[in-house]
Amino acid sequence: METLFFAIISLVAIISAILVITCKNPINSALALIMTFFCLATYYVMLDAPFMAAVQVMVYAGAIMVLIVFTIMLLNIRVNATQKHSHKVLLGSIIGLFTLINAVALLFKSQAAKPVGTYSVEMINKIGHSELIGKEMFTTFLLPFEITSILLLVAIIGSVVLAKKKI
Amino acid sequence: MENLTGYLIVSAILFSIGTIGVLTRKNAIVIFMCIELMLNAVNLTFIAFSRHFGHLDGQIFVLFVMTVAAAEASVGLALMISFYKNKESIDVDDVNMMKW
Repeated sequence: METLFFAIISLVAIISAILVITCKNPINSALALIMTFFCLATYYVMLDAPFMAAVQVMVYAGAIMVLIVFTIMLLNIRVNATQKHSHKVLLGSIIGLFTLINAVALLFKSQAAKPVGTYSVEMINKIGHSELIGKEMFTTFLLPFEITSILLLVAIIGSVVLAKKKI
Repeated sequence: MENLTGYLIVSAILFSIGTIGVLTRKNAIVIFMCIELMLNAVNLTFIAFSRHFGHLDGQIFVLFVMTVAAAEASVGLALMISFYKNKESIDVDDVNMMKW
């Protein structure tokens, strides 16, 4: 049952990912990308990470995609049917295909190590996923978390400076 | 847990599709979306391995990747708006000042 579900979600994810790079209109690409993000959120639920699924839907499918769709609508680009691609479709496809072959070959050649961590599914079900994530984030990863706030501040200032006409 | 290979293969396929999109499309916004797709493929790998190893480190890292992606989205889209103001198009072929 779970394998069948996994296969269906994989099919939807890959088809919508292909639609992202083949659609003529950027809006259609954006909608296909939202579909892919929802499929990835489903994967996260299947991998016992419900908090990450919620964050994926809220941050990616919500915030970032709304930003992209707003920009597409703001710029209001005329779709130019004849010049969708640059002239290196074949070369780009070959490079992408080799990336895929390389990754899959590496995957089948290597062997994953045994589970070493202390977190198990029972623990996640008992304590709660967000609580475990929060505890880890505010103890072990406190310094990176604080640095993230500086990064966001830089992003705010940078986007205001770039988008403004005169400062 | 035995399905780790499946998740990794799906992640590799999504990453390659994103690579092809970045290398072949002209529209800067579509290239940007393909980069987001590649970031998400990597996130899937992180969470699959995190589940396999029983560590939460991978999931924390995914949170950081999402933060960086959000910052990148805001700055990148602001760049595209200012580029469109200058050039009246967002084709990446029009940015050829440094082309050799």
